[in-house]
Amino acid sequence: MSAITTTALVKEYPGGVRGVDGIDVTIEDGEFFALLGPSGCGKTTLLRSIAGLEAITEGTLHIGERDVTNAQPGERGVAMVFQDYALFPHMDVGDNIAYPLKIRKVGRTERRKTATGIANGLSLDGLIERRPGQLSGGQQQRVALARAVATRPEVLLLDEPLSNLDARLRLEARTFLKELQRDLGVTTVFVTHDQAEALALADRIAVMKSGKLQQLGTPREVFGRPLNTFVAGFIGSTPMNLVTTTVADGGVRVGTATVPLPATAEGKVADGAAVVWGARPEYLRWSREPVDGGIPAEVSVTENLGASVLVSAHSGDVRLQLVLGEDDEPSPGDTGWVVATARRSLLFDAATTELIG
Amino acid sequence: MTSASNTPVIPRPEAVPPPSLGRKLVRHFLTRVLFVVAMGLVLVFFALPMLWLVTAPFDGNPTLAVRWPDWTMSNFATIADNRYAVGALRNSLILGLGTMAVVLLLGSLAAYALSRVRIPGRDGLLYALLLLSSIVTGTAAMVPTFQLITQIGLINTHIGVVLVLSGGVLPTVIFILKDFMDSIPKSYEESARLAGASPFQILRHVVAPTARPGLAFVAVWTVVQVWGNFLVPFLLLRAPEMQPAAVLMYTFYTEGGQPNLRLLSAFSLVFSIPVIGMYFLVNRRYGFRFHGGIKS
Repeated sequence: MSAITTTALVKEYPGGVRGVDGIDVTIEDGEFFALLGPSGCGKTTLLRSIAGLEAITEGTLHIGERDVTNAQPGERGVAMVFQDYALFPHMDVGDNIAYPLKIRKVGRTERRKTATGIANGLSLDGLIERRPGQLSGGQQQRVALARAVATRPEVLLLDEPLSNLDARLRLEARTFLKELQRDLGVTTVFVTHDQAEALALADRIAVMKSGKLQQLGTPREVFGRPLNTFVAGFIGSTPMNLVTTTVADGGVRVGTATVPLPATAEGKVADGAAVVWGARPEYLRWSREPVDGGIPAEVSVTENLGASVLVSAHSGDVRLQLVLGEDDEPSPGDTGWVVATARRSLLFDAATTELIG
Repeated sequence: MTSASNTPVIPRPEAVPPPSLGRKLVRHFLTRVLFVVAMGLVLVFFALPMLWLVTAPFDGNPTLAVRWPDWTMSNFATIADNRYAVGALRNSLILGLGTMAVVLLLGSLAAYALSRVRIPGRDGLLYALLLLSSIVTGTAAMVPTFQLITQIGLINTHIGVVLVLSGGVLPTVIFILKDFMDSIPKSYEESARLAGASPFQILRHVVAPTARPGLAFVAVWTVVQVWGNFLVPFLLLRAPEMQPAAVLMYTFYTEGGQPNLRLLSAFSLVFSIPVIGMYFLVNRRYGFRFHGGIKS
């Protein structure tokens, strides 16, 4: 009903720079959708194009059945929460929440009633008379959310919703956001540069780079089977081990050893092909005994991550990182074998950087 | 050199005895006295005219000298006796508030547009206007201004004066207001746009209230400029009953051709009170908070 469909969407800035370069995405009704990418990748531009704050250069945008490519922001049925929340400093919380209703010529008492209802639903009880300047960051965010949902929008847009909160509050707000979105069932698009945030919140993630879509998929797909080395390196709190190498003897040369081909890549590459072998640090094991297909390596550094340890090990001139449980951690200087599971490792084409299998 | 050895003798630095406490105190005291005397002289130089303005109106027989008055209110009665004095204050008020209204309306619209729309050469345009603004109300454009206003039939009307004065202060006002509006985050307006607000609603609901300290400052500043302006109303208003206070004062002579100091002193005090009052009022209400750098 209120799905968002972009077709070959282009936003070109004066001077020929393309902020969004031909994006085809369909965001399903009621979906929690993340636009993820590094700064300057065009994710915010895409969000602002959906909102109508940026004029679309080429392509079309549909919300539900309607073509809103050239519609005014106020006519699209979208609401947005800005990164700085954009609460009006001269209005109290109630007037802020009810401002969209005021534009729709709803009477003052009715507005106040609606605002109080929404505010109470977002645990802002008793703050209706306050000015935004008198609220904490988390409360300001909830006021901005309340203002956005006050008009029951078809689409909710969130620009870096958690970036202005401190680390502890961020986790709390993350759960709160997800609950709110489930309750409202509103199609929600949010922009973030934090891959952990995207993985935790979204039903589906669109990874972008230089205005182009890199991969579209569920958090599990994007994490487990990245379609190219950019996505592989961008997703994950510890970056994926990516080793540029060649295929030899039915295996892949990694450091001083040959590891078996990933299960999904078998039969797709010939000996001598230039490839990138990738394995997530979380999917590597450490063995003190020789293992068939293991990579002999020497530990150089260990970094404590709390319940786990990030181990850096060298095999020849290749550095591999492993995330290990806290019990069997090796010490710097130890030698042993890094073991990759064929099921969990990936092979990319070295020239095109795309996933082979 | 009394030492016979060849090793160079490094003379130990002779410890300079600290100046005695008494001498130090005397020197400190003297510099303080000189400083205070010098500052006092400077202060008197600038304060004398002010003192005259406050004391002379209450003196039964004021002269140009500052002296302790005999505290009479009779001078203020001369204001009521003068045929034009009270009317002149009213005229000043009309001109001041009229110009303020024109300037606030046009200035805020222009500043908002200039702050939000990218035009090539925008800053150059603003600086050029700012430079030329002093000419509009200045001596150089005296004759053309007079001719222009005569031609369009606004000579001897308050509207004519309001228009010329507005033209004179608008560039500065736009410059200041643009600075205020530049400091308003764009996301405020975008947020209002998403709620469906029209540009005029955005200006009324979001931009104007956020720029209120700037608008208040500009309003007061405009009234003060107009209140004290002599040349423009002097040129364009021929009838004495139309003239504002600043121009009327120029006619306060006795029959003998001497300045009428009783009327002049009392009138001057009354003339200056609204401006001072306005400053305190606005300062209390808005506190003259400046967000951006003010160049004025």
